[in-house]
Amino acid sequence: MGKTTEMKDHHEPTDRSADPGPSDSAPSDSGRRAFMGVAAGVTAAVVAPGVVLHSVTAAPRSEAVTSDVRWGLLIDTAKCVDGCSACVDACDRENGLNLQSKPASAPQEHWDDQKAVWIRKVKLQDNQTGRVTNLPLMCQHCEHPPCVDVCPTGASFKRADGIVMVDRHTCIGCRYCMMACPYKARSFIHEVMEDQLTRVPRGKGCVESCNLCVHRRDFGEESTACVDACREAGHEAIVFGDLKDPESNIRRHLAEMASRQIREDLSLNTGVRYSGI
Amino acid sequence: MKRIIYREWRIPPARYWSLLGILAAVVGIGALAFAYMEHEGHWVTGMSNSVVWGTPHVFAVFLIISASGALNIASIGTVFRKPLYKPLGRLSGLLSAALLMGGLLVLVLDLGRPERLVVAMTTYNFRSIFAWNIFLYSGFMAIVIAYLWSMADRHGEPYNRAIGIFATFWRLALTTGTGAIFGFLVARQAYDAAILAPMFVVMSFAYGLAIFMLVMMFTFAEEGRPIGARILCRLKNLLGIFILGVFYFTLVYHLTKLYGAKNHDLVGWLLLDGGIYTFMFWVGWILVGGLMPLGIIYHPVLSKERNWIAAACGLVIVGGLASMYVIIIGSQAYPMQMFPGQTVLASGFFDGVQGEAAHYRPTIPEVLLGLGGVAIALLVTSVGVRVLQFLPESLADDVLPVDEEKIVEQGPASAKA
Repeated sequence: MGKTTEMKDHHEPTDRSADPGPSDSAPSDSGRRAFMGVAAGVTAAVVAPGVVLHSVTAAPRSEAVTSDVRWGLLIDTAKCVDGCSACVDACDRENGLNLQSKPASAPQEHWDDQKAVWIRKVKLQDNQTGRVTNLPLMCQHCEHPPCVDVCPTGASFKRADGIVMVDRHTCIGCRYCMMACPYKARSFIHEVMEDQLTRVPRGKGCVESCNLCVHRRDFGEESTACVDACREAGHEAIVFGDLKDPESNIRRHLAEMASRQIREDLSLNTGVRYSGI
Repeated sequence: MKRIIYREWRIPPARYWSLLGILAAVVGIGALAFAYMEHEGHWVTGMSNSVVWGTPHVFAVFLIISASGALNIASIGTVFRKPLYKPLGRLSGLLSAALLMGGLLVLVLDLGRPERLVVAMTTYNFRSIFAWNIFLYSGFMAIVIAYLWSMADRHGEPYNRAIGIFATFWRLALTTGTGAIFGFLVARQAYDAAILAPMFVVMSFAYGLAIFMLVMMFTFAEEGRPIGARILCRLKNLLGIFILGVFYFTLVYHLTKLYGAKNHDLVGWLLLDGGIYTFMFWVGWILVGGLMPLGIIYHPVLSKERNWIAAACGLVIVGGLASMYVIIIGSQAYPMQMFPGQTVLASGFFDGVQGEAAHYRPTIPEVLLGLGGVAIALLVTSVGVRVLQFLPESLADDVLPVDEEKIVEQGPASAKA
């Protein structure tokens, strides 16, 4: 999790020092204009390093996302272990979902269905054969996402690199995307948020879902929290990568093993594929 | 036939202000309920990530489709040239605008970020039927106002029929759009049926007319204005036809679903083991909202009693709310079929474990917000009829125009029969 801490540092507000604090330079006899000049100078001196630092860290993010890549996941259900929740726990930590707190008077079971969940484990049994399958389920990052189609303001959108996510500035909290998502992948923030990570801002009244650790994408990192956690747990059931690159790890795996999409009947061309379902 | 005179609603001030006071109190309580939910967040409601639209949407959608249905009376008079309905046109338009206002307010106040309404008004995604509806709703309001002007102002009269025809098409589009909000959702089994759009249109006919008849009978009775048996008979017969229409669409909807094996579980759940939703369907939607009012409307004796006709209208409204509850909440409660042929043994996010439906229990603030919307609609109507000339002085048989069919067939003398 060293990586996580590091990344958090990238995003921690660097302009705290910009707060001049209580000023001890009261207007002198030289007049208001002189004071303004001094104040401007001091402010510039204090703020400038922050601005410069910010522009340096922001450099990789200034490159536009392109459609040369399409990020996706491959999940090998044969390797997904019953009872393991490493991916879920890691996602919760990475995206600050563990910072949600149950309002004191909310009934636990109701709250469990009200708190935001980006990835969950599902255990299935075939009705005919009795075969049991375990798999993680999250936003499937469709090529034709129904949540994007229905969003009245366009807050639900798909990036050029295939990541489907929500613009929290234009989400009005109508929840039509949640009605439209065939995977129940989206969550609504039902409560006032008091604690959150800078890299994953979160506010009451908006909708959100798995964004393939988009903050990692923007810093050129190669994996997602769930993939790392699954590997660290020794299962390697999830592979992340560029679906458009024939040389990528995910494409090599996809070439070797049969895979399917959940709800293929909808022809959404999901970015998350499953083998063994 | 005499000239139709419209007059303000002149019930005694004490009675009028008491009525306004009660309605304003309900609106105020609704506003408090909104403030509470907005301040705390939606965790205080029965809504969750499984049932994302709750009781406020039941009220909002009911009011919105009723709004377009209430305009029918004006349309019948203007577009279909039925002179008997013409005197009712103004009230029809006013009620329609008022109901839409109430419904939209509830819808907007249930948003997660209601203060961002301006974003919804300025940023559009035209692939979204929701975005289309924003135009359909605001356009409807403008058209109804123009329609009212053309009915009430002599300068507007030449445009009356053109506006009326336009309004009729617009209201059909509006209700189709509202039905399509649900009908276009491929994700959920109970939706994903284009028939929901025309079903909503027919439902709007019935619910809008029931509300219109109740408001008309109440306002007239309060002031002692006469309503003749002829117009009442026509309206209640029309209501009967609309209820039968709702039945027809309900039947075809379920047959459509039932025909595909993949939906057997859904229909079985809804009609037999859906708990509150099964109850709401059979008792609310079918019995209270359909069979009982039909029994009254076509009963040889009861159908002539005003109180019974009013009761039939009330039952249609209760049944209408029940039908919305089943369609909006029941359809969400039924688990989404992501893995056909498999049973979910365990899930970290309530994916219908062992086929279990999602839980939803309406909370008091949700109901109060919905009732606030109803009160807004009635408040606007009450103020409207009081200050402007919306209500005809009399709907007595000898005042109203004769039925045009009778003129053709038998002459005006027997029109009263």
